[in-house]
Amino acid sequence: MILDSKIPDGPLAEKWTKHKFNVKLVNPANKRKYEVIVVGTGLAGASAAASLAELGYNVKAFCFQDSPRRAHSIAAQGGINAAKNYQNDGDSVYRLFYDTIKGGDYRAREANVYRLAEVSVNIIDQCVAQGVPFAREYGGLLANRSFGGAQVSRTFYARGQTGQQLLLGAYSALSRQVANGKVKLYPRTELMDVVTVDGKARGIITRNLITGAVESHSAHAVLLCTGGYGNVFFLSTNAMGSNVTAAWRAHKKGALMANPCYTQIHPTCIPVSGDHQSKLTLMSESLRNDGRVWVPATVEIAEKLRKGQISPNDIKEEDRDYYLERKYPSFGNLVPRDVASRNAKYVCDEGRGVNETGEAVFLDFRDAIRRDGEDTIRAKYGNLFDMYQQITGDNPYQLPMMIYPAVHYTMGGLWVDYNLMTNIPGLYALGEANFSDHGANRLGASALMQGLADGYFVIPYTIGDYLAQSGYDKIESDHPEFKKSEKEVKDRIAKLLSIKGEKTVDHFHKRLGKIMWDYCGMARTAEGLTKAKAMIKELKKEFWTNVKVLGDNEELNQSLEKAHRVADFIELGELMVDDALHRNESCGGHFREEYQTPEGEALRDDENFAYVAAWKYSGEGQEEELVKEPLIFENVKLTQRSYK
Amino acid sequence: MSWVTKTFNSTLGQKLLMALTGLFLILFLVVHLAGNLQLLLPDEGESFNIYAESMASNPLIRVVSIGNFAFILIHVIYSVVLTRSNKKARPVNYAVSKASTNSTWASRNMGILGTVILLFLIIHLRGFWYEFKFGELPTAVYDGVTYKNVFAIVSEAYSNIAYVIVYVVAMGFLGFHLSHGFASAFQTLGLNHVKYSPLIQKVGAGFAIIIPALFALIPIVMYIQTL
Amino acid sequence: MNLTLKIWRQKNQSDKGGFKEYKVSDISKDMSFLEMLDVLNEQLSDKGEDPVHFDHDCREGICGMCSLHINGKPHGPLQTTTCQLHMRSFNDGETITIEPWRATAFPVMKDLVVDRSSFDRIIQAGGYVSVNTGGVPDANEIPIPKRIADEAFDAATCIGCGACVAACKNASAMLFTSAKISQLAMLPQGQVERKERAEKMIAQMDAEGFGACTNTGACSAECPKGISLTNIARMNREYFSAVVSSENV
Repeated sequence: MILDSKIPDGPLAEKWTKHKFNVKLVNPANKRKYEVIVVGTGLAGASAAASLAELGYNVKAFCFQDSPRRAHSIAAQGGINAAKNYQNDGDSVYRLFYDTIKGGDYRAREANVYRLAEVSVNIIDQCVAQGVPFAREYGGLLANRSFGGAQVSRTFYARGQTGQQLLLGAYSALSRQVANGKVKLYPRTELMDVVTVDGKARGIITRNLITGAVESHSAHAVLLCTGGYGNVFFLSTNAMGSNVTAAWRAHKKGALMANPCYTQIHPTCIPVSGDHQSKLTLMSESLRNDGRVWVPATVEIAEKLRKGQISPNDIKEEDRDYYLERKYPSFGNLVPRDVASRNAKYVCDEGRGVNETGEAVFLDFRDAIRRDGEDTIRAKYGNLFDMYQQITGDNPYQLPMMIYPAVHYTMGGLWVDYNLMTNIPGLYALGEANFSDHGANRLGASALMQGLADGYFVIPYTIGDYLAQSGYDKIESDHPEFKKSEKEVKDRIAKLLSIKGEKTVDHFHKRLGKIMWDYCGMARTAEGLTKAKAMIKELKKEFWTNVKVLGDNEELNQSLEKAHRVADFIELGELMVDDALHRNESCGGHFREEYQTPEGEALRDDENFAYVAAWKYSGEGQEEELVKEPLIFENVKLTQRSYK
Repeated sequence: MSWVTKTFNSTLGQKLLMALTGLFLILFLVVHLAGNLQLLLPDEGESFNIYAESMASNPLIRVVSIGNFAFILIHVIYSVVLTRSNKKARPVNYAVSKASTNSTWASRNMGILGTVILLFLIIHLRGFWYEFKFGELPTAVYDGVTYKNVFAIVSEAYSNIAYVIVYVVAMGFLGFHLSHGFASAFQTLGLNHVKYSPLIQKVGAGFAIIIPALFALIPIVMYIQTL
Repeated sequence: MNLTLKIWRQKNQSDKGGFKEYKVSDISKDMSFLEMLDVLNEQLSDKGEDPVHFDHDCREGICGMCSLHINGKPHGPLQTTTCQLHMRSFNDGETITIEPWRATAFPVMKDLVVDRSSFDRIIQAGGYVSVNTGGVPDANEIPIPKRIADEAFDAATCIGCGACVAACKNASAMLFTSAKISQLAMLPQGQVERKERAEKMIAQMDAEGFGACTNTGACSAECPKGISLTNIARMNREYFSAVVSSENV
């Protein structure tokens, strides 16, 4: 199988413009003859559904939440990048492109990333026109900040709630189209399968989460905007409902899954407080600007601390190990996310972790408070400190904060070409659900940018190219392929309900999460991954023989919903392990301990691994087939990162 | 539906009517109090009786008083309409409610307060207004002119301790009603502003105490005078 | 700690429903309220009983999906979302009563899950600026005074959880509706459709069966995002000036 990324010819800066001219257009009068299904209503889904409806297509939008406004894009805090260069500090489309490619450790496509940087400027204009209240200067113009170690101030933000404000903007555009009758909304509806007819995606099977009704929806194209799969780790900063099911169902229907092992782990999350923990909460990275990261210098002191015999404030200066400042004198506490995360893991593995579970490090503001005063620190981080205190019950003005890394974002996803189409014609993947723009590691404030770029400014052009060529013949939803899929879905539901085993769905999810975190998390080894693969296979077997799903299908049944999702997570977990095992290098969000520089940095192998690893499902119980899409770099020079 | 009926069928239109009539009635209270305080003048009711007569014969005041009754009626009718639709908006009540932690008692019980005030109003109007209009009142002559001696029936009424108690208690209810109603009317009219709202709140609180207290003072003083 | 939970159970929308008591033990003070319910649900599942259904998603206080009327208050004793409420706000041995939001416009779907799509329909009635994707002016061509932008932002932080409706004795949705009307009325982008928006959104709010506002202030006092009552006053102004000056007869 050969993957055609359909990257247009020509110089990097002209590819998108040229492509936009070359794509086929759908006559305005004919647009209303097409139906498009959009699954997921986060930034990518809501913006795509609204934009396509504005063009005249008939859109059906689905989400599992009770309202499209609740998609997890809403939780993004920091901001959104755009190469506006409003600050006159040397930013440009090329610089944003370059930073993104480099930040992704050279594992993304140049053309996609350049296009992302190019349309980033339009996103800001669009959002402002919708009434998104971005932060402003006293003169009334937009404010920017530098984010995630960027050398220029290109991040637009709305306090710590940028994702919320952008999503509400997209949701309002979507709501307008619902009112216009161009979008039909299906909240509390979950995708159960993707239906293909003659090799093309022609619809989906859904389950109404209130009534349990399994329904068929046909269309001319299907857009999966269903976010990432961080919840494969059970604990992550994702929402409880975030899942891989839509992408995984598509994968099992033939769509390739690309780079599934690339996982971003965020260093500043609130640590796990016990076995009851259901999710992790991120705290803005900006805290590392003033907080100092440390652990006790010796295991003995750490033990006393864990037993509560001493307080962190009792520990003398010489007994504190400010390990990031020690190892990375020039970047110190501001090293990139993956470096900060990995080092926290190392010191905790040494037994120097500081909370009861031994999996936390200090982020201390004592010196900053002494230097700038409590009021200054309160003005900068007051809301974050309050949030921390609310969750942990500790006062961070008096005691150092405790933090630990957590899974935050998944760079991998469904393989898509330049048009955002998967290898199944008519099936698209947008936003975090695809793999396309972040390479092996995503820069801060880039996820919102990609979701909206895909939905507002890419798909409205590229989908027309496909639809114009595919005709508008309608397929009825009682077509045999739909009936067949419906039956498969119903059988699967019946199977899950009939097992009536001993263990709850959460039990399996937690076990999967632990395997993934221990062996396919921040630092991976061939040995650990091999072990993990066997464990996941075993877990899968046990799940399908011993899971306990209560209740019936014909009702609101949250255990059944979770059972579907966890079953898919287990299968995805195995593929992530395969992908991590095959990639014998370290890059961005994939760190193999065998492949590191003498200083402990990720060691890439550009000669052998500068490709996209796309995996093809080969049938139940079969090993998946690896298909490689080589990455060709014509504009940037591949360099090694260094933060010493 | 015309835009006018549509507006007054909307919750906001109905609230507007409540606020406007409420504010008018607040204004009326001030005028009424100013007149009634004359009952306390040591002139055996002369100024009060002259004032009552002049009010009754002034055509402008008569129009205003008809308006006043109309406003009371609108205020009552729309309070019933709104209360009914508000009850319909929550058919099942909470088993446990700690509303006292988020709002004042008066604000949650305007309907009850208003109903008590309405009952009092009926007693009050039957006792004085009806008697003045349609009853047989004694007369008094000042400067050769004959006046109805309202003062006489008022002081007779206020010599009855039960009557005095009813009045004083009713003024308590009025105070609570005003304690929420005054500022609430401004909020409904959309008059909420960083500069003026604190003032409105303070004036409202003062109004809710002073006006009912002065009204209550009249029967108390007059009762004491009869002892 | 050990707790007694009195929870509203209702099989579906047409079921009458009623309270049921459960005991949970060994609850850590560091658990969030929803994690405590997770523990109960694992316990119920182990016994083969139907778990308690409740809405939740982000569990970081921003998606607005969690609800619950806890011990007489929406989102419980603190002014935050239920997912951010922790068990240290409760005492050992306490009985906690958990009810769904109660409003005609929020019908109970199952147990503690209610349908809040009425909020979506209010937004669909006009809670947007009618601009299509593309063809908009440069972002900096619309200068907005910082104070206005900040105030619009404050209104825009509404998470649509419905605590305002749940807290209001009249089940009124005025705080929710006014937050959106205010945000767009303050910003220059919202001026073109300002009058029409106010009229349509309020008509929809009434049509959904929410009650009227009696200015008790309970909504704002319980709002996890502290949306201010000034928004309701502004909505009233917007509405009155719209009905007298718009050309919709």
